[in-house]
Formats: sequence, C-alpha cells, structure tokens
Amino acid sequence: MSMPGKLLKKMAALMRRTRFNGELDEEMAFHREQIEEQFRKRGMSAEEAHYAAMRQFGNTTRMKERSHEVMRLRLETVLQDVRFALRQMKRNPGFAMTAVLVLALGIGASTAIFGFVDAALIRPLPYAQPNQLVVLYETTSMGNRYHLSYLDYLDWKRDNTVFQSIDVYSTDGFTLKTRDGLQAVTGSHVTAGFFRDLGVVPAIGRDFRPGDDQPSAPRVTLLSYSTWQTRYGGRNDVLGQTVVLDGNPNQIVGVLPKTFHFAPAEPSEFWTTERASDECEKIRGCKDLIGVARLKPGVSFQAAFADIRTIAERLERQYPMDNLNRDAYMMTLTDVIVGDTRPILLALLGGAALLLLIATVNVASLLLVRSESRRREMAVRGALGASPARLVRQFVTEGLTLVAVASVLGVAAACGAMQLPERLIPKDMMATMPYLQGLGLNLHLVLFACGIFLATGAIFSLTPALRHFPGDLREGLASGGRSYAGVAWRRLGANLVVVELTLAVVLLVSAGLLGKSFYRLLHADTGLQPDHLATLRVSASGAAYAKDAQVIALEREMQEKLSELPGVKSVAFTDTLPLGVADNAGNYWIVGRPYHGEQNEILDRNVSYGYFSTIEAQLLRGRYFREDEDESKPLVAVINERMAQRYFPGQDPLGQQIYAQGDEKHRIEIVGVVNDIQEGQLDAAPGPAVYLPFRQNPPNDFAVVVRTGQDPDAMLPMMTAAVHGIDPGLATYDPGTMQERIHDSPAAYLHRSSAYLVGGFAALALVLGVVGLYGVISYSVSQRTREIGVRMALGAERGAVQWMVLQEAARLTAVGLAAGVVCAIGAAALMRSLLFGVEAWDVPTLAGVSAVLGGFALLASYLPARRAARVNPVDALRAE
Amino acid sequence: MVSVMAKTELMPGTLDMLILTTLTRAPLHGYAIAQSIKRISDDVLTVEEGSLYPALQRLLLQGWVRAEWRRTETNRRARFYTLTAAGRKQLGLEVSQFRQMVEAIGRVLEDAGEVV
Repeated sequence: MSMPGKLLKKMAALMRRTRFNGELDEEMAFHREQIEEQFRKRGMSAEEAHYAAMRQFGNTTRMKERSHEVMRLRLETVLQDVRFALRQMKRNPGFAMTAVLVLALGIGASTAIFGFVDAALIRPLPYAQPNQLVVLYETTSMGNRYHLSYLDYLDWKRDNTVFQSIDVYSTDGFTLKTRDGLQAVTGSHVTAGFFRDLGVVPAIGRDFRPGDDQPSAPRVTLLSYSTWQTRYGGRNDVLGQTVVLDGNPNQIVGVLPKTFHFAPAEPSEFWTTERASDECEKIRGCKDLIGVARLKPGVSFQAAFADIRTIAERLERQYPMDNLNRDAYMMTLTDVIVGDTRPILLALLGGAALLLLIATVNVASLLLVRSESRRREMAVRGALGASPARLVRQFVTEGLTLVAVASVLGVAAACGAMQLPERLIPKDMMATMPYLQGLGLNLHLVLFACGIFLATGAIFSLTPALRHFPGDLREGLASGGRSYAGVAWRRLGANLVVVELTLAVVLLVSAGLLGKSFYRLLHADTGLQPDHLATLRVSASGAAYAKDAQVIALEREMQEKLSELPGVKSVAFTDTLPLGVADNAGNYWIVGRPYHGEQNEILDRNVSYGYFSTIEAQLLRGRYFREDEDESKPLVAVINERMAQRYFPGQDPLGQQIYAQGDEKHRIEIVGVVNDIQEGQLDAAPGPAVYLPFRQNPPNDFAVVVRTGQDPDAMLPMMTAAVHGIDPGLATYDPGTMQERIHDSPAAYLHRSSAYLVGGFAALALVLGVVGLYGVISYSVSQRTREIGVRMALGAERGAVQWMVLQEAARLTAVGLAAGVVCAIGAAALMRSLLFGVEAWDVPTLAGVSAVLGGFALLASYLPARRAARVNPVDALRAE
Repeated sequence: MVSVMAKTELMPGTLDMLILTTLTRAPLHGYAIAQSIKRISDDVLTVEEGSLYPALQRLLLQGWVRAEWRRTETNRRARFYTLTAAGRKQLGLEVSQFRQMVEAIGRVLEDAGEVV
C-alpha cells in the first residue's frame, strides 16, 4: 500500500476516532462473550464464566491503546508539541511577544512591499499577451515621447510589416452635459480596434465595431467600470442611453471590465472613437495621438523598432514641413506603465528583505538565549530516553509555531498597509498607477508569506537544534555550556547589533529631517491665508463668450450671485490659481531699459479687483486694482515684492511702466506692490510676478476663489449650482479648497510619502535594533552566569555587576550611535533636495534621535543587567 | 531474537502470517480467528487477545485484510475479516520466507545434532 494511501487511512481513522473506539469496543465485547459462552459450556456458572473470560481477555484499555498506537498518526504528537510550544510561549509572554512582534513587523513589511511588487511587476497587465504590446511615439528635439498625427498613424499602419495591429489613443477629456449643467470629465479617444487589439472584452454591452470611427458613423461611447458604478449606479439599462460629450450625443454601447486599466490614458471616464472628420485629423502637423501596437509573433522588439524608424525617416523626407526631426520611438507597454516605479519598488523590496533578515537573526538570538536556559530540560529529557530526533522536533515545532503566529499577524498587517497608498497618494497621481488600486490578499501573496514562513521557520528550528546537538547532552547535564560556538555567536551578535543601531540612527535621523521638512512645508509662508478658501474652475467657451465684454458681464454676474451665497465673505477671480504650476512665464519689457530677454521669467496672472483682499495677501506699497478698471481705463499692474527687488532695486517701482511681449503701444503702469504669493509648488523659491486686472484681459477659462466663514468644502456644491444657475452651458471643474491644494500638491505628496516611508522603516529599524541589543546582552549574561557567580562570591557588589553588563551594552550603543550619526549626516546631505527649511546637520533632530535610541538601549540592557545582578552566587556555582 | 518460548507464545512476526493463513479459507471474526489457530495447531499455538486486535488493525492499515460487519449464525453482530488480493500476495511472501528460515534453522540444528 502506498504511503499517501496509508496516511489517508490514518487520517480517516483519526477523524472517526469515536467510531473507531465504538467498533473496537463492540468487537472485543463480542469476543469476550464468545469466551464466556465457551466457559459456560464447560460447566462454569455464569458469574464464574464472566470473570474467567475477563481474566483471559486481559486489560481492555491497554489493548485498545495498543490498537490505537497502530493507527496513531504522528500528527497527534505534533499537536502535542504545538500545545507544549504554546504553553511555553504563555509561560514566558515577554519573550513570546517580543519575538512575535519583531517577526510580524519584518514579515508584514516585506509582504506588503511584495504585494506592491507583485501588483506592479509580476502580475500580468490586464490584456491578452501583454508582452507583445508596444507604445509608439514620435521624437522631437525636446524628447522621445511625443505625439504623432492621425495621418502619420495611417502611414505607419499601412507601411509597417511588423505589427498585427496598430491603434492610437488621445487623452483630452470632455465636457459632459449633466442635469446641473456642463461638467468637465476625463476621457479618451481611441481608434475602433483599440480594445479588441488589447484583448479586452467589455463587461456588458459591446466593443467598438470596425466602422465606428468613420466620420459618418453614429457616435458611440464605452464607460469605465467605475464611471458605470458611480454615475449610473451599475444599472444594466445604461446601454443604449445617450450622453452628451463635447456637445455631441453619444450612445453608450458598453462598459469596460472592472480589472481593465490603461495607465497612460487614466483616468478616463468615457472612451469614444477617434474620428477622421475632426479638423486636427486632416493635418499632418496636428500631433495629438499616441500609438499602441501588437507585435506579430516572432518579431523582436528591435526589428519592429527598426521597421517603424524606416517609415518615420521616409515621412520626414516626404513632409519636411511637419515631420522635420521627428523620428519614431517605441517602448514596451509594460515599461510605459510600470517603468518608473520598478527601481523604487525593487529598492523597497531590498530594504524590506534586509529588515526581515535582521528580524530573523534577532529572533534567532532570542531563541538561543532561551534555549540556553533549557539545556537542562533537554538533557533530562534525553537522559529519560527521548531520542535526539524527538528533541529536535520539539525545537522545530516551537520555531514553526512562533513563525506561524507571527506570519498570521504579519500578513494581516500587510493587508492593512497595502491600503495606505490609496489614502496617502493624491487621486490624480494614483490614477496613473491603477495597478496599485484595490490591493489585498491574493495567491501570490499567500505563497510569498508561506515561503517566508518556511525559510524563517527553518532558521529558527535549526539554530537551537544545532546549538544543542549533536551529542552534547552530557555537557548539558553538567551545564558547562560555554562552548566556542557560544562565543562566536556572541561576537557575531555584537557586530550585528552595531550595524542595526547604525541603521536605526540613519533611518531615524532621515525620518526626523523629512518629517520636519514636511511640517515646515505645510506651514511654509505662501503669502496668502489658505484656510476658508474654496476654489472652482469655470470654462466659458462658445459663441456666447467670444467677446471680452461678454466674459466681463459673466464675471460681474458671478460676482453678484456668488456673494449672495450664505457664508460667503468675498469672491474673486483669477486665470490661474496659486500653489500650482509656475513655469508659464511671459516676457516683459521695462520702459526706458534695454531688453536682453532676461525678463522672460516673469509670471503674469489676471486677477479681479477683489483677489488680493480675498486671499488676504499683503499690500506693501501703492494700491490694488479698482473695480472700474477695465479696457476703457489706462492699463495698470500690481507687481510682487520679488519683482520690485529684482528689477527696481533702490527705486520706487510705482509709476514705472512695462509692456508685454514687445507690444510697446500697450504700456502698463505699476500701481502697487504686493507680498510674494506662492504661485508655484510649496518648496519653490517665489519668482517675480505681474498681476493684471481681470477686466483688462478677461480669460475664458478662469478660477473662482471664495472666502467663506464656514467649512469651504461645504460651499463647493453651492458654488457649482450657482454657476450653472447663471448658465448651464458653463463647464465647471476641479472644485476644491486652498488647503487641499497645499496638502495634495505634488510637493506635499513627495515630502509626505518620503517622510512616512522612511519613518516606517525607521520605526522598524529602531525596534529591531533594540531587540537585537536585548538579545545579545541577554545571551551574554546567560553565558556568563558562572563568571558572575564567581565574581559575586569573591565579593563583587550587585551594583558593580549590573554596571558591568550595562557597560557592555553602552559600548555597543555608543559605537552604533557614533557610526549612525556620521552616516546620517552623509545620508541627509545626499537627500538634500528632499529637505525643506532644515539642514542636514539639524542638531535638535540628531540630539533627539540619540536620546530616543539611547533611552531604548538603556531599557533593553537594563533588563538583562538586573537579571545578572540578581544571580545567586550559590546557585550559579552549584549549577556547574 | 529466537529465544526459548513458552508453549503458548508465538514466534515474533508470525502472528500476521497465521492470521492471514486462517483467512484464506473463509472470512472470520476475531474470536473465530483465535479459535481457528488454536484448534488447527492442536492447542500448541495460542493467540493472545492483547496481540490479536492490534495485529488486525495493522493488517487493515496495510490493506491486506478488509473488515465488514456481518451477522453470525447466532444472529450476533460481529466484524468479519476477509483476505484481500494484496494480503494473499503478502501471505505467499511471508510463508516462503518463513519456510526458508525454518529450513535454515533445521540445517543448523542437524549440524549441531551430529556433534552432540
């Protein structure tokens, strides 16, 4: 009979333990009765026969046990061992908790990071044969990844010999007609074959059909899954409904599957077809598309790249007007989607692996410490007949039990940690990494955790087992126990602790500096009061707003209507909100100065007369704009402090004249100087800026800024409604608050995520370093018990013994701290670009970290030191 | 391991073989197996109940016998053991091994007998 079959039978017997007992009982009772009957036939009385049978039959319980032994599985003794291991953990909760916590941290961190690595790098992209897919660009003198035009696309499609299919997409967004007026929504145009060629099938409804992108075909659209859920409540009757996108009715024909994402075009709520009838599609120079192609089987990436470059070269010769210096460029879709995150993730995974390794070694050293105190137990068990294999099995079981508990906790923590990015990363940024969304436990993760479980479990079970075996049982009974291995382990442990402490200092200092930077950043002087400011962008396009006067009339009406909303203190308009992008600078000439192009760094903003008072900027000189300053009045400007300092040093800027883009006829007089308002990112140095009256240069696309007395978030729906109340044809988008602009800005995101990330690692490193120190000192104390006993017998004071142990710990800590501080300053210098308002050698941070680490180190060494001081010399010596 | 045996003791390792042998003729219950061995061996061999049931479990586990509950002639419920094909094969193996051993022991004894 085969082994598995036997095992199965045993398992089955184990399951049916009660039935097995019942059957055996019945069988034996029958046997006894038969014997009884036999005796009765020979003439015994019933009672005599009964006892005789019992006597002959023997001890039933013993018999049953022996029958059981045949059936008994090893599993039962394993369970016994597990119970014993759990009892041991319960008896020594401090040890168990420390070991489990440290391991759980290590396992949790590495599992969580593996989860991201898995999602980004291992799990295949949600397309058919994703490794055949490539993305096509045209190069320009500025870079490689630029757009191609529709006519280029047609040529590439016709002339290439390497692709099974080639499609294009463009991500431009739409205005969506809703019940409350127009709304700007995200969306993409794609050629009709796009989804089919990716191998994506809609969740419901149909894909685009081949003719859907022809000029005469009725307009159709596909919804993203999340749009279907949020805007249409996931109802099936959405198919066939009409949505008005950019003023054109589109029929909804399908919904994309939940798993679908296409990072280069995300976020996209609506997907419609590219149309050859659009103006841009007829002009070769109008480049707004990116290509996605599928390689023919057997065609290499290089061959395909070479092929489209030949086509691009021909097009360049043929159409020098539009295609000069435009080569073809190709990347794999995988690289486009995850290329940027790959090095970061791999670095993180490396860091996590290192932490896990340190955690493992730490716990192994803790286990050793404890197994030292169990030498006698092992020796006694061995002397009483337990085989070495049985004793090793006990260690293995204990190690595995420990790791199992830690694994469960670690994986649970990892599942929680994997939800963090969705909360920490701003929505726009997250949309470009759709593969990181909705992460959770999956098969890969479980397998990974099992792998860690087995590896660490093996280490833990083998370390004490190897330490005690083979064959030093007698030594154990004699409790000598200061073998060479013990010394070597101590040395290794001490070096490791120094490295751990150094690492912890570096990470703690980095985290401290980053945290401080982040705090400083959020509280950086922006030149405005960001609280209680609600903002909303409005786009007034079309014939109704073709003339400046029409836009000004709209601004007036909005000013009036919005001011009437409850809680509104003041309303203002600007073409560009502060705390955004500050690289769209213009050129300004100063009257009476030669122009060398140096002023092309000047930002210009068109703001309404109430703008500065609404955002609560500070007027330094002169005046703000007047309400009646429109095109009929002389042109005026307010400049910022930086502009005044740079271009009018030692002069009075008021009354000076400037003009834009060499347009000398339209001179602008400077009437005021305002403090520097941060137009760019929080960590950017403010540049010179010119503010012009909204009504002298009315933009069609502008932002409303409202100062409220209440929660600005609550104002947003009212503001949107009020704007649509004026004209439902106005598109509103990006509702938000100024505080959000600060907190969700890319700069804040960068600082926040780096602070959190390094902080997380620093916390882990601190715990590991301290536990490591504790383990090494404890081990050392356990090894030196006899020495300590001798010292005390010879008259050493308890205080002196304690001090001796503390000194050992202090030496390790001091070395670790010193090395750590040096490395930390170096590391901080390397990441200077991430620091804001704080120096690499920030003394309070360094001092704070040293104090924290020193304090924890003291705590970690105090416990074993106290244990050493409590050694009873008589016991310590007698134990030999 | 072959030591002086009391009359009622079995040579170690032979119990399984004896049980399998008694089952070649018909399926039997535990009591009947013990009785059968005793009777056929003219009361020389006694199977201890204490060894019989663990042995039966072992044989079940190896798949050499099958067990099922049936009625006896006296209409009592009893567990009957049946020899399986694998059991028959095993029996053949054990019997031939046993014969070889007995012959070997016999030769040794004969040799000693000449000397004595």
